[in-house]
Amino acid sequence: MLADQDRIFTNLYGLHSPDLDAAQKRGAWDGTKFLLDMGRDWVIDEMKGSGLRGRGGAGFPTGLKWSFMPKKSDGRPHYLVVNADESEPGTCKDREIMRHDPHLLIEGCLIASFAMAAHACYIYIRGEYVAEKHALQRAVDEAYAAKLVGKDNVHGYPFDIYVHHGAGAYICGEETALLESLEGKKGMPRLKPPFPANMGLYGCPTTVNNVESIAVAGTILRRGGAWFAGLGGKNNTGTKLFCVSGHVNKPCNVEEVMGITFRELVDKHCGGMRGGWDNLLCSIPGGSSVPLVPAEQIIDAKMDFDTLKNLGSGLGTAAVIVLDRSTDIVSAIARISYFYKHESCGQCTPCREGTGWMWRVLTRMAQGRAQRREIDMLLEVTKQIEGHTICALGDAAAWPVQGLIRHFRPEIEKRIAQYSANPHSDAIPMAAE
Amino acid sequence: MANRRLAPATEQPRDFAFSEENAAWAQGQIEKYPEGRQASAVIPLLWKAQEQNGGWLPQKAIEAVADQLGMPHIRVLEVATFYTMFALEPVGRFWIQLCGTVPCDACGARELKASLQERLGPAGHVSADGNFSWLEVECLGACCNAPMVQINQDYYEDLTPESLNTLLDDLAAGRPVKIGSQTGRTSSEPKDSVATLTDATLFDGSRVGAWRKRFEQTHDGADSGEEATKKDEAASTESRARSEPKPAHPDAGRATERPASDAPAQHAADGKEPKGYADVATGETSAAKPAEIAAADAKAVEEDRVLRTEPPQQPVASGADDAVSEEQDPEKRADAAGTRPEGRSAARDDRPDDLTLIKGIGPVNHRRLNDLGIWHFDQVAAWSAEEVAWVGAYLAFPGRIDRENWVGQAASLAAKKG
Repeated sequence: MLADQDRIFTNLYGLHSPDLDAAQKRGAWDGTKFLLDMGRDWVIDEMKGSGLRGRGGAGFPTGLKWSFMPKKSDGRPHYLVVNADESEPGTCKDREIMRHDPHLLIEGCLIASFAMAAHACYIYIRGEYVAEKHALQRAVDEAYAAKLVGKDNVHGYPFDIYVHHGAGAYICGEETALLESLEGKKGMPRLKPPFPANMGLYGCPTTVNNVESIAVAGTILRRGGAWFAGLGGKNNTGTKLFCVSGHVNKPCNVEEVMGITFRELVDKHCGGMRGGWDNLLCSIPGGSSVPLVPAEQIIDAKMDFDTLKNLGSGLGTAAVIVLDRSTDIVSAIARISYFYKHESCGQCTPCREGTGWMWRVLTRMAQGRAQRREIDMLLEVTKQIEGHTICALGDAAAWPVQGLIRHFRPEIEKRIAQYSANPHSDAIPMAAE
Repeated sequence: MANRRLAPATEQPRDFAFSEENAAWAQGQIEKYPEGRQASAVIPLLWKAQEQNGGWLPQKAIEAVADQLGMPHIRVLEVATFYTMFALEPVGRFWIQLCGTVPCDACGARELKASLQERLGPAGHVSADGNFSWLEVECLGACCNAPMVQINQDYYEDLTPESLNTLLDDLAAGRPVKIGSQTGRTSSEPKDSVATLTDATLFDGSRVGAWRKRFEQTHDGADSGEEATKKDEAASTESRARSEPKPAHPDAGRATERPASDAPAQHAADGKEPKGYADVATGETSAAKPAEIAAADAKAVEEDRVLRTEPPQQPVASGADDAVSEEQDPEKRADAAGTRPEGRSAARDDRPDDLTLIKGIGPVNHRRLNDLGIWHFDQVAAWSAEEVAWVGAYLAFPGRIDRENWVGQAASLAAKKG
């Protein structure tokens, strides 16, 4: 188990005050000026050395992302945009950071902005998080009052930070859709290139980072990239907030070292599996958009980017959804498909039409009201959605269905056989919608 | 996509204006954004308008916000209908949003839904007393506290059908209710058994500043130490690249169905010829070039510079189109193929021709030809077929000399030289 002194989010559960005084006692804002005085290159090198991979799901190295920003401004301002539009089903980690440890986030914003020569930062928080928005705004006001941020702050780097909120669109978690939304438009993803580092918010160089990636920056710089890189495994370094939900005895958020095994995570922190380990059916280890992993493969798997990728899934946001044998897995995945149908922005045809199509077919399959050959047809359609859309929502909608067919095809076939063995007045429908 | 329309005209109020307090607040929001970018404030303003109008957004409010921000009405209508948190029809005094996505679904959201249906009727309708309306929505991001509902602006978590009913009774009767978990959790900690973050020194400030030691210790000799670390890092990255090939097209850490067989490192590991950088580069339009490729590019450029500017000294085995098989002695291999062309010990008048003008000869082969005593265009032009075969085998370029017509090129260059 990770030692308490190696935990970055020391007020994860809100058992202590989120206010500035208490946060400073926990180590936030400690020597920030000293860190900034080490210079921009040092900050970026240290972040690269830490091996930190973005915590928003894609796992792109954060230090590298920062280094993509132009070194010198061409007259356009630079922006940092923090993606706090946390809406991947299963994920509830950024919420805890914003309401319980907001000063780590604000300090991280200053450091990251300094590293990429940005003087303004927008935190885009999802609209449903009203209480979190207020908590964050309160912390920002405290930081302004203490002159930690602002035009004329004690760090000698003019910096403004604004809290902006959305209005409930999952797609705004995609970085370019978030920028569109922040500009006051519908959240429809942009084509890349140009990448945000060249043309982002208001056409200016912009970097979009997840809350957790930014909030760990201060601690990493203080304790050193080497310290962070020493935790976890090669390519999968550091600590990570895991959100364990579903059929465990005590669902919780917990900060653990990257590469902890699934079994240890559930046993040590979540009070064990509901009904014992034999009752585990499968897990969706990285938020709803990654394929599920059946029990025998996940149970002793390391929870990190590369191990889960090799299992045909992914770590995503480390939102571990645990499902036991009482779950109707086909309708659970059908529910995920409904989610993507609901959240598709409608811009690309394969996703707009395909998500609804997959949901309708899966709903019938959950009842068994389908034909066996439709399973392959469904798989084929997922392949035609995957990779044929502007953003990754099409992929995210296709993967859970692929995972279901890969691991639970016999279950679908069983239902179809059961249904067709009984007499029905209507002919069994075939996908034509 | 959700299909969302404005409320029927009969329900729409005749006009809308921000209250004085809200108008001032709206002005504050607009000032957050740069000059001319006031459209950014559209979501906060619509949100405030919805709040002022009892939880739903009428057409007049949408138009008022558009006018205030100088946006065409249609743009703001687009925004209002796109984002699902804007309720376009009247809602109850308590607007219940039930999360029905998978983690909540697995933990009992279906029972909550059934109980809401039983108590309040179908979704999307205001109850007869005007108190409640409800809707199943997508993930609200409180998955460790599933199942949960959002009522107006507050989250109520860890619910059962019974506790939800009690909650609704209390709200309807105006009794105080507890926001957040209904089972006594503070937030998302494991219930009654927090095993982490118990070390008191984390919270009393005694650990503040402990990290500065790292800078004091490394201060002297920091330069050499850092250099050494960097070298080690570079070496380990190079050795890792062979044993752990990375895909040429990064998939951002997501799972893919396709095996990565086209990676340069994979080619190297399999012992195949590397692809030319040009081949790879044309496929890569990404500005976010993977670090490996960027580093390799830089290396190739540097090598090229060295080869062009410095006198040839020792054979270099790298360089994509000058690759040579080291498996056997090139001379033996060549002798089997043809006859060796006669060479000169030195260039005439110490003035060798620039053989790289012949298309197909790069700096490395230029040097290797010099080593054979080939210095001038006319020497190349005089090669017989046997000699061409020998040189081709020696340079590990069988057939290429004919294909690129080195002999013909050399003849015309020699003629030009006069």
